Amino acid sequence: MSATEEVPAVPVLVQAPPRSAMATWQRGALVLLGLAAALAPIFVLESFQLFQLTMAVIMALAVLGLNIVTGYNGQISLGHGAFYAVGAYATAILMSHGDWSFWATLPVSAAVCAGLGYAVGFPALRLGGLYLALTTFSLAVAVPQILKHRAIEDWTGGVQGLFLVKPDPPSWLPLDADQWMYLVALGVSAVLFLLSWNLIRSRVGRALMAIRDNPTAAEAMGMDTATLKTRAFAVSAMVTGIAGSLGAVVIEFVAPDSFGFGVSISLFVGMVVGGVASIAGSIFGGLFVLFVPNIAEEISKAAPGVIYGAILILFLFLLPDGFAGLLRRLAARWRDRAAR
Amino acid sequence: MAALLEVSDVVMRFGGVTAVGGVSFSVGQRSICGLIGPNGAGKTTLFNCISGIYRPSGGRIAFDGQEITGAPRHRMAGMGIGRTFQNLALFRSLPVRDNVLAGAHSRGGTGFVAAALRLSSARREEAEAEDRLRPLLAMLDLVGVAGVPVAALPFGTQKRVEMARALISGPKLLLLDEPAGGLNHSEVDGLADLLLGIRERFSLSILLVEHHMNLVMRVSDKVVALDFGKKIADGTPAEVRAEPEVIRAYLGEEAVPHGRAA
Repeated sequence: MSATEEVPAVPVLVQAPPRSAMATWQRGALVLLGLAAALAPIFVLESFQLFQLTMAVIMALAVLGLNIVTGYNGQISLGHGAFYAVGAYATAILMSHGDWSFWATLPVSAAVCAGLGYAVGFPALRLGGLYLALTTFSLAVAVPQILKHRAIEDWTGGVQGLFLVKPDPPSWLPLDADQWMYLVALGVSAVLFLLSWNLIRSRVGRALMAIRDNPTAAEAMGMDTATLKTRAFAVSAMVTGIAGSLGAVVIEFVAPDSFGFGVSISLFVGMVVGGVASIAGSIFGGLFVLFVPNIAEEISKAAPGVIYGAILILFLFLLPDGFAGLLRRLAARWRDRAAR
Repeated sequence: MAALLEVSDVVMRFGGVTAVGGVSFSVGQRSICGLIGPNGAGKTTLFNCISGIYRPSGGRIAFDGQEITGAPRHRMAGMGIGRTFQNLALFRSLPVRDNVLAGAHSRGGTGFVAAALRLSSARREEAEAEDRLRPLLAMLDLVGVAGVPVAALPFGTQKRVEMARALISGPKLLLLDEPAGGLNHSEVDGLADLLLGIRERFSLSILLVEHHMNLVMRVSDKVVALDFGKKIADGTPAEVRAEPEVIRAYLGEEAVPHGRAA
């Protein structure tokens, strides 16, 4: 302990290092720019493109949910498609059978998915790493089959699924239903991204990452690892479930076969490509899982899977830390240049 | 004054092996106690019983007048017991400041909802933790690396991060598992000064498991020596050093001076 010979008797006050090299006006400008970029598609894009972008926003939200439990808390889930499906069905059932408004279904869907996530969190405490990955994967495989089951067919519509109708935009807004749904998805996602950002940069977020990095030390610091891990699972499932609700109402249809385990894998791919344990990376992950399969299909109708795989491998090579790693490197270079 | 830590007749068995066979000792308020013994003497096992990693097979451990035998591990920090680890147990991907702030977890109470909404209680707690962080970083010479991920730092610096992390919660007792392990000569000297300084500044007690005899003898008010899971000496460093049992345990039978009463 070389540099600790002289222990000051009085606390020395040191200037905290600046949190970021960015000035307030630069931050403000960035926020405005981001807002403009987020709203511009409403006026620029055609209906189908706007629908795709809406779905990308929703996928980003679903990836964010997965990132909370897997990226930040280190509990691997290959079954988050199950929470997405349950959220979608919660909204679809309430809207088509109960005539609920979309907004009213959101808290119910959130609560159901949080409860389910919490329940999955308990066995997860006893299963580490690969075993947890397989257990959650089996959830993803089971859920579509459960949704088809005859016992609940009256509610879920069985193999046929359920149709629902997009909510109309408020009459004072000169928007059509697609434009309104984009705004709704964007608004709900923005709120959840902000809340997650706060959560990660707090005592709780720090504890989640501490448990991921070293559970023994985390306990010695007073962290109740079991409670934190089950709650992280609940929050994670809730966020992905809300994405499912949005997805159901945007597509206006739910069916068991649209929620196969491919959804879970897509979310996992989105998380890795976007950046594990990165909130901003989740946005990119959402864009990737929605648009890259389409691009692959445009390049080769015969073997889109091959093209998709090639693009994926290319991304993993070029951006080993995901898109978030690239952002971090660019920010560091920017800061260096500003400091010079 | 009552002792801060009271270990009474603690037994720890693993299957048929008795690693610790009925050891009693106490650590006074604001004192430094060294726990020594040859390899396999049961030091680390006893240490793990105190820090809650193991639940003792028998005996009692009381801290600050309260029985803590078998209490959940995550309660220890809140009661005022801080610790460091033998081979470092840092949160590797987090920067230094977050590692140290994680040590303040037991002082706070912000939950998921308050954190996500950034309620005023959460902000106040965070500001308090930051206030405790700054002087610690300065004292342990970590200001310049506050934003660096700990995994990228040299070993000696990582050890200081662990110390800061253990101190930020304001513990009454600090459990240090081989703090001198892996440090060079001058670093060990620095560590001795640091431990004495910490005791003064934070008015806490330290229980030290250590191989480095010079360090233990220099900083300890009291030394407890173990061999084969039994206590063989308990006293001031000078007393323990002169104890024939201790000399025998460390150096062998022939080294004990003749004509001395045990």
